[in-house]
Amino acid sequence: MADASAKQVLFEPIFSNNPIALQILGICSALAVTTSMNVTLVMCMAVISVTAFSNLAVSLVRAQIPGSIRIIVQMTIIASLVIVVDQILKAYAYEISKQLSVFVGLIITNCIVMGRAEGFAMKNGPWLSFLDGIGNGLGYSVLLIFVAFFRELLGAGSLFGISLMPVVNEGGWYVPNGLLLLPPSAFFIIGLAIWGLRTWKPEQIEEPDYKMSRHTAKEAF
Amino acid sequence: MAKAKETVSRTLLVALVLSIVFSVVVSTAAVSLRPAQIKNQNLDIKTNILAAAGMLKEGASADEIEEDFSRFDVRLLDLDSGDYVEPSEVGVEDPMKYDMYKAASDPAMSTNIPSSEDKAGIKRRPNVAKIYTLSENGELVRVVLPVHGYGLWSTLYGFVSLEGDANTIEGLGFYAHAETPGLGGEVDNPRWKRQWVGKEVYGDELEEPQIRLVKGGVSSDAADREHKVDALSGATLTSRGVEQLVNYWMSDRGYAPFLKKLREGEV
Repeated sequence: MADASAKQVLFEPIFSNNPIALQILGICSALAVTTSMNVTLVMCMAVISVTAFSNLAVSLVRAQIPGSIRIIVQMTIIASLVIVVDQILKAYAYEISKQLSVFVGLIITNCIVMGRAEGFAMKNGPWLSFLDGIGNGLGYSVLLIFVAFFRELLGAGSLFGISLMPVVNEGGWYVPNGLLLLPPSAFFIIGLAIWGLRTWKPEQIEEPDYKMSRHTAKEAF
Repeated sequence: MAKAKETVSRTLLVALVLSIVFSVVVSTAAVSLRPAQIKNQNLDIKTNILAAAGMLKEGASADEIEEDFSRFDVRLLDLDSGDYVEPSEVGVEDPMKYDMYKAASDPAMSTNIPSSEDKAGIKRRPNVAKIYTLSENGELVRVVLPVHGYGLWSTLYGFVSLEGDANTIEGLGFYAHAETPGLGGEVDNPRWKRQWVGKEVYGDELEEPQIRLVKGGVSSDAADREHKVDALSGATLTSRGVEQLVNYWMSDRGYAPFLKKLREGEV
C-alpha cells in the first residue's frame, strides 16, 4: 500500500474497499443516524472530517509515537477531534446536533476511524493519509446515504424533510412503513446493498471459512 | 531509531506533550464556541414555548423568535401555594436561568411524590416551576406551563399553553422524548396536536382535571367531548402517558392552586 497513488487511495474505499460493505465496520452508527437524509449528511461530514484529520495528525507524528502507547495516542487524537466537531455542531447546527445526540460522540468508537489511523496513517505520509481518511469517510457516507434514502422515502414519505409522498397521518395517501424508521431496517438495507455490490464486483465475495465434506457415514438402517 | 523512541522517558514525554496540545485544542473550541451554543439552547427553548402557545410563525428567524418571546414574562411559581416567588429565593438573579428539571433532583428544592400519586412517573417534583405568562393591556391572556412525564420508553418534556380563563387549552407540544418513531413519536404530529386546541382541562366544578385520550376519535356529539382527545393509533402507552402527565400537572399537586388563584384574580 505504501506506493499507492493518491487517486487510488481516495477512490478505492468508495466501492472496491468500502469500509461498511466489505470491511463491515461502523455498522452501529449506520443503524442509528439513517432515518433522515439531513441528519445523515451532517453525520457523514462529521465522520469524513474526523477520519481525514485524525489520519493527518497521526501520520504527522507517527515517527514520534512509541509503539507501547500508540493506540492510546491515536485514541486521544480522535477523541479530541470528535469533541471539537461536536462543539462546532452544537454552535452552528443545533437542531441537527440534537437529533444526532450521542452519535457524534460515538464517532470516537467508530472502528473506521481507529482502523484507518492504525492501519494506514501509521505507515504512510501525511498527504496520502489525509486522502485515505477522506476516501474512507466517503465510502462510509455513500452507504449511509443509500440507506437513508430508502429509510426516509419509504418510512416517512419524504426526502430532506420535503414530503414527496403525502402520508396518511397528514391527509395523504401513502401508508408509511414504520419498520423503516426503526434501526433493524438498516440491517436489511445494508445487507441488500452488500449483496448488490458483490454481484457487481464478484471479487469481493469471500471464500467460505470451511466446506462441508461429503457425507461418508453409512446409513444406519 | 526504533530503539530511541521506546524508552520510558520518551514515552512519558510524548504522552505529556500530546495531552497538553490536545487539551489546549479541546478547551479552545469549547470556550470559544460556548456563547453560540448557549444562544442556540435558549433559542430552542423559546421556539418550543412559542410553538406550544401557537405563536410560532413558519420559518421565523432568530430575531423574530426573540421578539415574540420578549412579550412573555418569565415567572417563578411556588407550586404548593400557587404564588409567584422572587428569583432570589431559588438562588438566581434572572428567572430564565432557573432550571426546574435540575431542581427536581436536588432534595432541598424538590419533593418526593408518593408512588400512589405519581401518575406522571417522575418520582420527584420541583417545588418551584418556571412558567411564562403573556399579558395584553394589563390582563393575562395566556400562560405557558412546562409539563413532563413518562410515556412508553422515555420521559416526555413539553409545554401546555392555556388561555386567560386558566381552563381552555391553546396548544401543547413536546420538545424532548424518545417514543417509537411513527407510533408514539406521532405526539409531534401537527394534525394530532391541533386537536388539543380549545379542549377544556377542568369540568364545570373546576376541581379535578378531566383530560382523556380516547380510542377511535372524538365525534362532534360525544359526551364530555370538550375534555376528550383522539389517542394515537398504535401507541396506547404513550397516549396514556400523555393523558396522565397532563392530568398530573393540572391537578392539586401541579398547577391547580396557581390556576385557581389566576381565575379568581388573586395573582
